[in-house]
Amino acid sequence: MAVANAPANPDHLTWQGGTQPMKVGYGKLMMWIFLLSDTFTFSALLVSYGLVRFSFPTFKDVLPDMTYKTFELSQDYWPIPEKVFEAVPFLHGISLPLVFVGLMTFILIFSSVTMVLAVEAGHRKDKADVEKWMLWTILGGFMFLGSQAWEWAHFIHGTENGMTLANGAKVFGANLVQNEYGPAAFADFFFFITGFHGTHVLSGVVLNIMIFYNATNGVYERRGHYEMVEKVGLYWHFVDLVWVFVFTFFYLV
Amino acid sequence: MGHSVENSTEGQKPQTKELWKVFWILLVITAVEFVIAFQISSDSDFGKWLKISLFILLTFVKSFYIVGNFMHLRHEVKSMIWTIVIPVVFVVWLLAALVYFEGGYIGEVR
Repeated sequence: MAVANAPANPDHLTWQGGTQPMKVGYGKLMMWIFLLSDTFTFSALLVSYGLVRFSFPTFKDVLPDMTYKTFELSQDYWPIPEKVFEAVPFLHGISLPLVFVGLMTFILIFSSVTMVLAVEAGHRKDKADVEKWMLWTILGGFMFLGSQAWEWAHFIHGTENGMTLANGAKVFGANLVQNEYGPAAFADFFFFITGFHGTHVLSGVVLNIMIFYNATNGVYERRGHYEMVEKVGLYWHFVDLVWVFVFTFFYLV
Repeated sequence: MGHSVENSTEGQKPQTKELWKVFWILLVITAVEFVIAFQISSDSDFGKWLKISLFILLTFVKSFYIVGNFMHLRHEVKSMIWTIVIPVVFVVWLLAALVYFEGGYIGEVR
């Protein structure tokens, strides 16, 4: 589209049947519809998490005298996130509730900004800027995945003391059958929901690398537009959006 | 996406002020969520539900900024906006209906 007299509707915005009805290209609209279907999947996961969580007793139902300060983990009631997620790499044994997950949230929000900056650079057809911001986005994605890998490893291996059951047996960490944090369903949902989100981040990073590769090789420059950066950008922002909800419902509420 | 079509955008200066503003808004809201998480005690029923409502409210504020500005939905045509928003409203409706009508029942039978 580098010619001076471009048609009113460039090829990538024209549908087979004529002009695009919603003023977005076919691929972008389909990305939106796909993200909508993905919204349903994640909603289903979070709704079922909520239902199961509230069908378990809280610690106040079991031990009315216990407060949030004196809370202790038990398999008889649902845990509170501040007491489960309080470890940070290299700061062994120090209780820092929600600090690490806050860092992960920051990383993902930041990589969302660098992504939208890459999209903006694409509008200006600035190849060097697209490459720069895509690289930052990919880096952010890898940092998030690394953090999640650490968090999973810590969750699975557990704390040094573990949990002592009524029959004297010890439980360390978590698997799908039992865990030291609370009812089995708690760890099951943790693995499923953060795992499903992490899979999305992983595919997002793969897509970002492909876009970076194509942009660097001048594919989009020759094509005349950087709409592919926008489409993958939509996906990447969606992954960030899902994390905002997972963060609220899994780590804060 | 009007301006992506034009050719006069080449060599233009970056328009990134608005985007960084959204980044700071998201960051500040997340920081506020942390303050709420540790400053409001959940020991009373009032505090607990106040916290939960604030978290959900702030989450929706954040998603408004992400979807509206980062995903650019605010600047699309109206039919496009409603195509995305209406199905999501139905999901929220489903959730409200589940909590209000079915929640207690599921708690009883499981």
